[in-house]
Amino acid sequence: MALTKDAEPSGQGRQALKLAEGTRKVHTTCYMCACRCGIEVTVEDEKIRFISGIAESPVNKGVWCAKGGAGIMTQYSPARLTTPLMRVPGSERGQGTLVPVDWETALNTVAGWLQDIRQTDPAKLAYFTGRDQMQAFNGYWARQFGTPNWAAHGGFCSVNMAAAGMYSVGGSFWEFGWPDLEEARWFMMLGVAEDHPSNPLKLAISRLKDRGGRFVVVNPVRSGYGALADEWVPIHPGTDGALLMAMMHVLHQEGLYDREFLSRYTNAAGLVEVAPGQPSDGLFWRSSGQDVMVADERGDFVPMMEASGRGRLEGDYRHEGRAYRPAFQLLSDRLAACTPAWAEGITHVPRRTIVRLALEMGTTAMKHPVVLPTPWTDFYGQEHPQTVGRPVAFHAMRGLAAHTNGFQTIRALFDLMMMLGTIDGPGGFRYKSPYPKEAPPPVTPASRPEDYQPMQAVAKPLLGYPRSPDDLLVQGDEPMRIDEAYSWKYPLAAHGLIQNVVRNAFDKRPYGIDTLMVYMSNIAWNSSWNTLETRDMLRAKDDQGEYRIPHVVVLDAFDSETVAFADIVFPDTTYLERWDAASLQDRPISEPDGPADSIRQPVVAPPSGVRPAADTLIELANRLRLPGFVDQDRPRYRTYADFIQLWETSPGSGVGLLAGYRGSQGTDTLVGAPNPRQLEAYARHKAFWFEEIAPERKYYRMANRQYLDWAHGVKFIPTADPIILQFYSEPLQTFRLAGQGLWPGKKPRHPALRKRLATYFDPLPFWHPPLEEKEETAGSYPLILLTQRPMTHYHSWGSHNAWLRQLLLENPLFINPQAAQALDLCDGQWVWMESRQGRMTATLRFSDAVEPGTVWTWNAIAKAPGAWGLHPDAPESQNAILVNHIVPDTLTSDDDTVTFNNDPVTGQAGWYDAKVRLYPSELHEVWPKVEARAPVRADMAEWKSLRYSTRKGAGH
Amino acid sequence: MQLTIITDLNKCVGCKSCQVSCKEHNTSGDFGPVPDHHPYREVDGMWWNRVISMEAGEYPNVGVMYLPKACMHCYDAPCVPVCPTGASYKREDNGVVLVDYDTCIGCQLCMWACPYGVREFDEEQGVVKKCTMCIDRIEDETLPANDRQPACVQSCPTHARTFGDLDDPDSVVSHLVAERQGFTLLPELGARPAVHYLPRRQVTGMVGEDEISRVLGEDC
Repeated sequence: MALTKDAEPSGQGRQALKLAEGTRKVHTTCYMCACRCGIEVTVEDEKIRFISGIAESPVNKGVWCAKGGAGIMTQYSPARLTTPLMRVPGSERGQGTLVPVDWETALNTVAGWLQDIRQTDPAKLAYFTGRDQMQAFNGYWARQFGTPNWAAHGGFCSVNMAAAGMYSVGGSFWEFGWPDLEEARWFMMLGVAEDHPSNPLKLAISRLKDRGGRFVVVNPVRSGYGALADEWVPIHPGTDGALLMAMMHVLHQEGLYDREFLSRYTNAAGLVEVAPGQPSDGLFWRSSGQDVMVADERGDFVPMMEASGRGRLEGDYRHEGRAYRPAFQLLSDRLAACTPAWAEGITHVPRRTIVRLALEMGTTAMKHPVVLPTPWTDFYGQEHPQTVGRPVAFHAMRGLAAHTNGFQTIRALFDLMMMLGTIDGPGGFRYKSPYPKEAPPPVTPASRPEDYQPMQAVAKPLLGYPRSPDDLLVQGDEPMRIDEAYSWKYPLAAHGLIQNVVRNAFDKRPYGIDTLMVYMSNIAWNSSWNTLETRDMLRAKDDQGEYRIPHVVVLDAFDSETVAFADIVFPDTTYLERWDAASLQDRPISEPDGPADSIRQPVVAPPSGVRPAADTLIELANRLRLPGFVDQDRPRYRTYADFIQLWETSPGSGVGLLAGYRGSQGTDTLVGAPNPRQLEAYARHKAFWFEEIAPERKYYRMANRQYLDWAHGVKFIPTADPIILQFYSEPLQTFRLAGQGLWPGKKPRHPALRKRLATYFDPLPFWHPPLEEKEETAGSYPLILLTQRPMTHYHSWGSHNAWLRQLLLENPLFINPQAAQALDLCDGQWVWMESRQGRMTATLRFSDAVEPGTVWTWNAIAKAPGAWGLHPDAPESQNAILVNHIVPDTLTSDDDTVTFNNDPVTGQAGWYDAKVRLYPSELHEVWPKVEARAPVRADMAEWKSLRYSTRKGAGH
Repeated sequence: MQLTIITDLNKCVGCKSCQVSCKEHNTSGDFGPVPDHHPYREVDGMWWNRVISMEAGEYPNVGVMYLPKACMHCYDAPCVPVCPTGASYKREDNGVVLVDYDTCIGCQLCMWACPYGVREFDEEQGVVKKCTMCIDRIEDETLPANDRQPACVQSCPTHARTFGDLDDPDSVVSHLVAERQGFTLLPELGARPAVHYLPRRQVTGMVGEDEISRVLGEDC
């Protein structure tokens, strides 16, 4: 497809401005982080002159961040891979002795490996991706291949946040929902790193500040957004669940919660059977129509829909010899013990602060509603003359998620939000299309062994949301996936568990694999924990001298640490060189006001030896004749651009990757026939599409009759049925019953597995200490070690960028001066930092903006010497530290297998649970070190001066 | 006319968008390039706008503040009179302080004179470089209206920066300075910077101590 040049916008009162000869402006989507802002790229004589924000973009509204603007230097990175590479036969993995090969050799070699796998046992391909933005495509590819072993990086990132939200409200934060700071009066942000996400949250906080809203930040560290907080609440890591439970205690005690909201829109009034030791214990009493039963105001038992939201929240009930309590009563009973004094002992937040914050949020929600003059109708048929919202908003991220108690902590946050009635009202949490979905969304993973057979595609999605133990991928106690997702140990692993893959493949547990294929995930460095051992496992050999992981294939644009461990490397384009889609089928870029998506288009031509990774995958699929990619042996798609335009979720569904400009004329939205000129249409419209939802459908969408009908019509949801918020999560109780041996279907045999389910699958939120605290050595390591991402770097991606790396290229260990003085340590001192995994050196930097029980540093600044195109002497290799080396990846196991340091519900990596101790170091340099290798462009690594300019005759 | 940039410190999150958009525009602009030494080794680059991070107070009563710092375009700019060739000058029509590279001899006296440390020396070109208020954008009539402002103002993701004429009492910047207690850095040095900053504004809670005691069942 030809490079498309943007037309000037018309009819917007802007006059067409003449551009200088050799200059053009191209609209596309940023990829310097995951926000996917709309960007306008000015090209002068085929070099990138300027990158700026697109004013009309619903995501960034014209602004752009440091990373986005510095995309110029990523385009001209010294780490660019420009040809397929193959490990020199006889050389060792990890040394980076790779030589260029032609595409045909690389494709033939990998297609040969994959063909053998597919004909024998497709599970022997493990395909894992990093922060990729085409998960819909990658998941489809893996499904057509037939392996269960595919996922992106969510298990190492934030699956607790996604899953706890999905099981609670059918949505979650970031791509799935958002604090409405256009209307909020009180905003609490918990456990959010400096820049998570970037421009959209900056714009939102700016609006809150304009309106004088109050901003409270709960975080062990004060920085970034936290710097602007009206109040900083330093909290000890891993204890937010206790804080949230105590705030609910106060709200309950003071009656500062929305009883009507709970009864009408959540299952809090649902009658739960109290029958310990019986298979029905903890399950809802359901009507013949499967509706949850409630006790109405007269004490009669009726289905929730018939009670029209008048179900009682409290009481003890008996019917035909069985005992029932409303779900809310059960939580109330639990909250009695969760006093502010109890939480103070755990969180280190003073009880008076806890009470004050609870009163502030409760009073704002209940006494100061926001009222919009918009009528709407709920699913009971009741018409609301106005839209009334509770203007208390929250945002939370990995500070809650990346702990082994994270799932239940985030459940507590969503239950708190339900108590405040602040789900999808103005000023509260608002969904982003296509959410809300049923909680959890009605997609379960393919779970039968016969789903994964040679030479066949998998009939169902590989990832989804189990509703009961029967949806798990287990045979007896044995996992079916290499990453143990959907196993008894990690049942709700909705994003897969990338962090388990290398060790399990090395251990050949539950089985050995043949090929590990990795797309832009840095598993040999910052995308792993216990990094040094992980690197050893990647290059380990068996007794016959064969690699335990026989083949490693890497697709990436840049020479990451992981490239050195590849047997074959396929070079990818940069984001400015390819067609791409930010899809509603993936991690949507929608806004609370309506669905949105966008494209990338080639701005400049890639180097001749480089192809888009998706094109490479399509070429492999065509060679392997994967079902879904070929039609009677003829390829359906030659390139990803074809796939974006022509693929449908199912034949004739009218739903594809992009929702705008569908149909043969390009006039349909959301549902319509594939449009072979769809990408051109996007290119003409500044590379994005956005449709505002009608005002009467915009709020309380889980309960909004007109919205539900519309959303069903555009195929966001399979039925227009009411979406009941899950104050009480019955699916969790089914797992608990399995742990108790009471579930009629699948259940584990090993006592340790049973105990795990019975303990952690509580249908109501609770706080428990992170699993690390149960380790025998926990008392020897008194400090928690955290990392956070800076605003200028997206994980490892900033350091090969000549401009961004100047903003941060060393990372001291920040410590509270009081804590340091208690250990007799001084500012600037070299120390040993030791965990039960191992030890490393660091230099201390005193900071009063961190709570005394925490030490922290920046994430992913350190680089292996020679990686990412940097000179081996670069500060990132000589002075920066990678704490991943000492973050433990496993726990002491209760059974005879390995238990990863993962959340017991979702399998989320508990990488914020690491405990350390500090003591003076005699060694005054970074340790441990890994072996240096030659940078891919030795000439660039040696450059003395960069004078970048697109002007003729200027710079060089 | 005195053009200026006002930064609202109540909104600056320290993201360095302004620092990078400055470099991004200017390295290929009329006053570029903005060079980098050893870009992929021990890098040391030129920046016309740098965001400073500060921490003040003792735990837990600690404040964290970010402050973007570039040329202040002073009314009485100390860098101008010290220049032996007249290369450093202040535009009479709009107050922007600029360097004429054709007459700059690279003596760097202006760098010593500037109280704010915002001038940088390009060794290879032998001239001093600094923030131009993106004069080549502001005065480029081929640009759309929205682009005719400094890159750092346009990019700012929290809209913390505002561009305008400080000599016009009805301008947005003048109103911001007047109504929000705008201040300058080191006013005692007498350079009379045009660039102003707006202080933090704290929004306090509304719950009284006695109310908290009541909830806790404690005596006040």
